[in-house]
Amino acid sequence: MASRLGLRRLEIAAKSILHPTAVRWQPSPCIRCQRRWQSISQKIGSDRVHFPGAVNSQFTTQLAFTRPADLPGMPTYRILDQEGRIVDQAHAPPDIETKELLRMYRDMVFVSIMDIIMFDAQRQGRVSFYMVSAGEEGIAVGSASALSPNDPIFAQYRETGIFQYRGFTPADFMAQLFATKDDPGRGRNMPVHYGSAKLRIHTISSPLATQIPQASGAGYAVKMQNLRNPTDEQRVVACYFGEGAASEGDFHAALNIAATRACPVVFICRNNGFAISTPTLEQYRGDGIASRGVGYGIDTIRVDGNDILAVREVTRQARELALQDNGRPVLIEAMSYRVSHHSTSDDSFAYRAKVEVEDWKRRDNPITRLRKYLQGKGLWDDEREAALRSDARKEILEAYRKAEREKHPPLRAMMEDVYEEMTEEQVGQLEKMRGLVERYEGEYDVSRYEEGIAGLRLKEVKR
Amino acid sequence: MLRPIVRWSPRALCSSRARTYASHAPKARLNIPTDYSSTPLLHHSAKSALANKELPYEARNGTTSRINLFQAINAALSHALRSDHRVLLFGEDVAFGGVFRCSMNLATEFQDRVFNTPLTEQGIVGFAIGAAMEGMRPIAEIQFADYVFPAFDQIVNEAAKCRYRAGSNGGSMSCGGLVIRMPSGAVGHGALYHSQSPESLFTHIPGMRVVVPRSPSQAKGLLLGAIACNDPVIFMEPKSLYRAAVEHVPAEPYTLPLGTAEVLKEGKDVTIVSYGTPLYTCQSALAAAERDFKCSVELVDLRTVYPWDRQAVMASVNKTGRCIIVHESMLNAGVGAEVAATVQEGCFLRLEAPVQRVAGWSTHPGLAYEKFNIPDVVRVYDSIRKALNY
Repeated sequence: MASRLGLRRLEIAAKSILHPTAVRWQPSPCIRCQRRWQSISQKIGSDRVHFPGAVNSQFTTQLAFTRPADLPGMPTYRILDQEGRIVDQAHAPPDIETKELLRMYRDMVFVSIMDIIMFDAQRQGRVSFYMVSAGEEGIAVGSASALSPNDPIFAQYRETGIFQYRGFTPADFMAQLFATKDDPGRGRNMPVHYGSAKLRIHTISSPLATQIPQASGAGYAVKMQNLRNPTDEQRVVACYFGEGAASEGDFHAALNIAATRACPVVFICRNNGFAISTPTLEQYRGDGIASRGVGYGIDTIRVDGNDILAVREVTRQARELALQDNGRPVLIEAMSYRVSHHSTSDDSFAYRAKVEVEDWKRRDNPITRLRKYLQGKGLWDDEREAALRSDARKEILEAYRKAEREKHPPLRAMMEDVYEEMTEEQVGQLEKMRGLVERYEGEYDVSRYEEGIAGLRLKEVKR
Repeated sequence: MLRPIVRWSPRALCSSRARTYASHAPKARLNIPTDYSSTPLLHHSAKSALANKELPYEARNGTTSRINLFQAINAALSHALRSDHRVLLFGEDVAFGGVFRCSMNLATEFQDRVFNTPLTEQGIVGFAIGAAMEGMRPIAEIQFADYVFPAFDQIVNEAAKCRYRAGSNGGSMSCGGLVIRMPSGAVGHGALYHSQSPESLFTHIPGMRVVVPRSPSQAKGLLLGAIACNDPVIFMEPKSLYRAAVEHVPAEPYTLPLGTAEVLKEGKDVTIVSYGTPLYTCQSALAAAERDFKCSVELVDLRTVYPWDRQAVMASVNKTGRCIIVHESMLNAGVGAEVAATVQEGCFLRLEAPVQRVAGWSTHPGLAYEKFNIPDVVRVYDSIRKALNY
């Protein structure tokens, strides 16, 4: 967007005082562009182009456009088939401890049960909004299980499984969903916009794709920290987004910067076929999101998102790759199907056939696939399944009922944290609000907020 | 090393101006270009530069160097990078020194922390927010304020709301430490996309601090203050002052407070509130007005346009009873509107004339019309006259 034209005119004087080292080549341990400058000159008789913009392109006399249709689609990696059997018997199945396998299974089931309960709760008007992640539990839980607990995560909103895997309790979920005094977001965000400093997951925000360039920047920060502390655990950043969000300019910016600055970021795209009502055919015409990664110079893989073992293995290796050479980005496109409505504000049967959805639900989803795998190994049975489901349900409902009775944070939370300290203007406005509530008694219900009307007073200790 | 300073005589200034479309009318008495070598708004001696009571003890007892605005920015950036390993500096063409030379020689000293980004404003700001969220103190450069709009979403919806939405996680997961620098304002021939002053768009965003310095010494202190600040800061550098404004700047590092105004000249009849480049116009206008109308004008530099120093401005207007707000960006919903409304509310009984706003007209900065668009000495002078005669 920046104009390159104006510079010349405005800064003629500046050009004349170019610092000598900027134009004269000299050995430089770092700056990549300077290394490039020295190497670029067209050699006579060479069969390759040495334009600065494409340094390794061969000349051709064949006028042939590269047609996407002629290229094969990028393959989708899987370990398990739909029946939960290892597809490639020649390769040993990934070595995962039983405890870990069961944890992944439990977390997926837990999220799916909470989704059903909270979806209904929204339908009854108990919470204002909800988004389920049905069909995509495997992507969230599988990838989270392959990351280090210290890897910062940026999520979109359909990754509840990450929070579950990292240690969110039913009470943590409910505090956010009901905007109670225990919600770290202090009742400010819509439901499902979770965040946790302790679990190193950045707070979810509604604007799509904004988190992707942020993840690149966080990746660079982590890279600097890795370099400064080589004996500490080397970390990467993980960033989740849907295939619809990948159409935003921020996706482009993010992958390009991550590649040019060599940031250790694992980008994980959940391609579930729909962005609200928009099918992928109206979202893009290329080979999904994965094909774009290559264009940015990023190592890329496509994986079956319904196969949690494949997602885990791919993420594990992506993480290792991301740490090579002091850091580089990796793109994972995890294929799935959005079984549910987009959100509680959406009726997806307005734009897709019910039978199609039922088909996916029945035939292939990450939970049943892992269950079949576990049963095949004798690690799971109907009895354990029933116990798990009833325990999870009980736990969730208990937290639900408790949160429902909790109050919202004190009303001053409306103004706090806009800046590190409240401004003089804000203090005055909070006073005005309190005056109104006092003078128009009965017009405002402050009983649902901690401290009631006193919550509109500045806390003495705050100063 | 920094470029040796070229001392500009007023004559040389005029001829250089003539070359850049901005000559003044031959018979002009008021509308003559600012003589930066004599304006009282700049420190022409070390003594005056070190007398500033806001300076810390070490700076006041140190030395000064006579530098221009881009050199002052460079000095601040250099100090920030040297004193804190979390500081990063990046943007388009930053590594070779920047198109305005603000990052001269920094990439060679701080290889991994001063670098070029691809040409993407939303990417630059998004990247900066993420780095800040993970504990760095990034300084992102947008090449011209005119090109900040692709990053508007990242600024409004992300940077500004980061701490608020994180709530009790905000201590470690806000993007405090983030500074977005951008050259702004008219430059004589910048036309539509190298002239804009979009500060008022950012003053409508709770969570952002918006700072506009007027001089090299102020730029150094405010920039270091912005980098130290735990709230995200938009730092707008008046690009016409990069080379023009030369003054003695304390050599030691120092910060100036964000959110407080500075009374540049005391007076008792009219208060003029402004910030950045137009302060020089205001100074010329008030000097002429004081001579011609035998009045006394108070000049207040906002320094931070949001959250701004409401109390200082209201105190001044309650003393003088008259208020004029001057800024380059257009009148409609500009910073002046907010100041005027606040003054009207806080100084109603003391006002003896309507609050006036002298600002760019409600149009775009067309190339050939700049002299007629941005507030000049005549317009400020005339508004002082009107205020006194009301």
